[in-house]
Parts: sequence; structure tokens; C-alpha cells
Amino acid sequence: MTVETKTAEFASISLDSGASLSPVTVAYQTYGHLSANKSNAILILHAFSGDAHAAGISAETGKPGWWDNTIGPGKAFDTDRFFIICSNVLGGCQGTTGPSSINPQTGCPYAMSFPVITIGDMVQLQTKLIDLLGIERLLAVAGGSMGGMQALEWAVTYPERVVAAIPIATTARHSPQQIAFNEVGRQAIMADPDWNNGNYTSGRLPGRGLAIARMVGHITYMSDESMREKFGRRLREKEKFGYDFSVDFEVESYLRYRGTQFVGRFDANSYLYITKAEDYFDLTNGAGTLANAFSKAKARFLVISFSSDWLYPSYQSQEIVRVLRRSNHDVAYCELPSNYGHDAFLVDVTEQSEVLRGFLESTYKEKA
Amino acid sequence: MAAAAQAARKPFVGELLGRGDFAIISELVEPNSKVLDLGCGEGELLAWLAENKGVDARGVEISATKVRRAIARGVSAYQGDIDEVLEDYSDQAFDYVILSQTMQETRWPLKVLRDMLRVGRHAIVAFPNFGHWPVRLSLLLTGRAPKTELFPHEWYDSPNIHFLTVDDFDQMVRREGFTIERNYFLSGRRRLHLLPNLRAAVAVYLIRK
Repeated sequence: MTVETKTAEFASISLDSGASLSPVTVAYQTYGHLSANKSNAILILHAFSGDAHAAGISAETGKPGWWDNTIGPGKAFDTDRFFIICSNVLGGCQGTTGPSSINPQTGCPYAMSFPVITIGDMVQLQTKLIDLLGIERLLAVAGGSMGGMQALEWAVTYPERVVAAIPIATTARHSPQQIAFNEVGRQAIMADPDWNNGNYTSGRLPGRGLAIARMVGHITYMSDESMREKFGRRLREKEKFGYDFSVDFEVESYLRYRGTQFVGRFDANSYLYITKAEDYFDLTNGAGTLANAFSKAKARFLVISFSSDWLYPSYQSQEIVRVLRRSNHDVAYCELPSNYGHDAFLVDVTEQSEVLRGFLESTYKEKA
Repeated sequence: MAAAAQAARKPFVGELLGRGDFAIISELVEPNSKVLDLGCGEGELLAWLAENKGVDARGVEISATKVRRAIARGVSAYQGDIDEVLEDYSDQAFDYVILSQTMQETRWPLKVLRDMLRVGRHAIVAFPNFGHWPVRLSLLLTGRAPKTELFPHEWYDSPNIHFLTVDDFDQMVRREGFTIERNYFLSGRRRLHLLPNLRAAVAVYLIRK
């Protein structure tokens, strides 16, 4: 299945910060076919560094989508039955308007003049896309990590438009530990002289800072166990220690590789803006309590967490489930066993797929 | 309750999903009601009730594997401990709260029953009868912790931590002042009326406050 990224442009968007952007472009992909009564649409929400290319083989790069093991014919999000949409988030750097986009008023990239955005702003932009596609109500909104935050935001802010919400490996509010890791990433970028207050398009990219930020990120996405399994203390292409500071261990090599690779595909300023949006995320904002926040939600919920995920630990999912249960919402929850840490929702998908398939099937049958 | 009344007259109960107590429960539950099943296993009963009686079905199960299978079956289930989760529900959130063959496994059965009737308008409790004559005979003849078809475990690896008879349950319900709306006593597929404490293998009670 070869897929192409499409774009849609909207006149403007008013943001939570009070600022506005105009115009604003959204990059998105779709898979499968929208049914005549438009009841089979599912919006997939990507995580921090994801993009619109969730499934199939990209016509542009020839690479499979980031959730290709989960979206496709006969897969958990079955494209033979459902119409799947995935868009790049606001503030991103993969086709949707973000800090690397050209500000039409200056002819230069927005860089740090880009307004600060929130998860709510990302979701608001998605509603514009869904409107454009002529879809009144989504059968499901689903995503892991930051995608899960968007799924929760959808369920709470647009209750009439969501039949089911599937937040995976996520939280209702970023914890101090999560904010702390994001701040380390941001500081690494901003400490790189090449960052140059965000104005690096004419010079060198802040590659060192961005790579370090990504290295920290990758540590948090894995688990102690998965790192021991994957790398152990194995040395990289050597028999003995080098007694210097070149790469000794496999794990160092892996992190450096991931870091460098990231610099080629991700914008440093997007990193700053999107992590900030995650850190601001708190469903209790303006609602007082989580129970108040969920009081208007009408969706059926499937909440999933993973046993070895220490970045978005199960207790955060359980807090959501507990509040939903107390207010008699329809909620299914399971903690799936996995050694893969936070990455599990992307890589350890057999059991997750079983659960997703059954949940979607019954939701489609009963509520669509 | 026409269906239940009809079932009450039949000498034999049918089976649902291979179980007599499920057959009775399936007839007790009114169509389109809200049902919470405590210890829902893989969600077989709830899926049947949702499909055939249009109930709004929720389940709690302690085994992670079973919860996963229940959700895969389309049931809104979550992993939790019956002794703890009931506190979370608001008063009268459900029409029926079902506890099928699990009461003997809970730490605080009386608290569970009280909570069931706070959370639900009706409670349906099915349990294996420890007063059943083969159980008594097993203890009498072997002098060891009874092992029967319904109590197949060794004493040291049994999930059952409380053993109760029909009379024990009756007494608890009456002492609490709850009302027994219906009760059914089963030996295999046969319904019993006489000497249930001695002859019934399984009892099913429909109770309200």
C-alpha cells in the first residue's frame, strides 16, 4: 500500500495562548474508505516525534509508517473496514505549520516567533481537518504517549464528536519527572551555540544539542530490562576497552546513532515547542479536578498501559480509569506485560492488537 | 420476570456457555439493564448478555490475561481486585451486580455483598455449596480437606479462602436484612427444592436491600 501525504490549508487558528496563526497548513494521510454514512472514521494521533505517515509505504521516502504493524488490511486498525486518518501535529516539522514554516509576514521561518502551542491547539487543528473531510463524528480517536493526550483532549473537549477514545501509555497531566526529562532535552538544544536563539536556518543546525536531547529521550523510551537484552555490556567493534572516550559500548553507539539520525529528520525548534505543549498538558486545568474534566465526556474508553513503561507508568493510566469508573463512564483497561518500556505501544503490539481489534469491533457494532 | 418465573417451574435448567448458573443468571437479568460482573473472567457471560439482552455490560477481573481476552471479546472490563474496586462506584450505578462462583475467593465476602447492594439495585450471587453431601462425605470418609468436582483443589493451592454452605449464606443475608427475591439450587442440571443445603452443588441467589 503506497501512500501519499496530502495537505489542507485553513485561514487561521486561534490558540490557547491568545495568539493566532494564519494561514495554517496540515499534512495528513488517509487509509481505507469512508463509508457512505461516514461512521467508520478513526483518527490516529501520533506521539512526540511522529508524523502523518502512520501506515503503508510512503510514496516520498519508500519507508513504512510508524504504526504500520497496527494499521492496515486485517490489522488492529483494519483498513478494509475503517477509514483511518493521521495528521502531523501543529508545531511539527513534517508538513504541518510549525516553527520551521515560513511566516508569510516576514518571508522567514517563524523560529522562536512561533506562538507557544498546546495539546488543545493541536486537537483544534485536527477538528478543522475532520470538518474538511466532512466527518461529523469519529468512531475512535487513538494514540500513544502524546497521541494519548490528544485522544483524551478530544474526548473531553469535543464529546459529541468521539464515539470511542483510546489513550495508550499516556497521562492526564505531565508529571514533574516527565517535565524534567523534556527540560533536559530543551536545555541541551538551547545550550548548543549553533541553536543561535532559534535562528539556525542559514547556518549550522544545532545538531549536537538536538542529538543529546534525542539520546535522553531514547533512554526514557526503553526499560532497564530491554536495554540489558538489547545491548548488555557488549563492546562495539572492539575486544578490549579503548581507555579513551570514543565509543566503547554498544549502547553508546546506539544512542549516538539515534541522536545523529534524528537531526536529519527533526527540527530543533519543533522539539522545544512540542515538548512544551506536553508539559503544559493537564486535563484538570480549568476544570479543577479530573472528575470535572471528564464529566462532559461521552466516549467509550479503552485505556492501555505497559508494565515496564516507567516514563508513562501504569499508575497514570489507572488514575484516568479510576476517575472514569467513579463517574460511571464506559471504560476498559488493561496493563499489558512487556519488557519494551514506553516503546512497547509501537513495537510490542501482538496483545495490544488483540485488545484494540475486539474493542473497535464491538464499538462499531454497538455504537456506530 | 416472566422468563424467570417460567424457568422456576422447569425441573431442569438449561446450560449457557456450559454452565447452569449462567443459564439462570441470563434469565434473571432484565433486558437493556446495566450489569457489573465481578470476577468476569474472559467476559463470556457479559458478552452473551450484551449480545442477546442488550445490557450495558461492565466487568472486573483480577487476572491480566483474562481481562485482555474479555476486552478482545468486546467487553468493557478492567483489571482490579473485587475487594477494592467496589468502593469506587457510585450508589445504585447498576441494575445488577453479579458475583458468580467468586464469593468464596474474596477476602471480605460480607463487605463485598454490602457494597454490591449499594452499587446495584440487585445482587446476583452464585456459589458452590460446601454443605453438598459429597463434600461432607469426602471429609467424613477420608479425614482430609474435601476434594470434589466443585472443590477440586488441594487445600494449599485452592483459590477458595472462605467455605460456605447454603444455610450459611441464607443466615448472612437474613441477618443483614436483605431480601431474597429468588433462589435456585442446582445439582448438575437438575433444579432442587428439597434439602438444598445437603443436595445442592451450586446455589444462585437474587437479592435486594
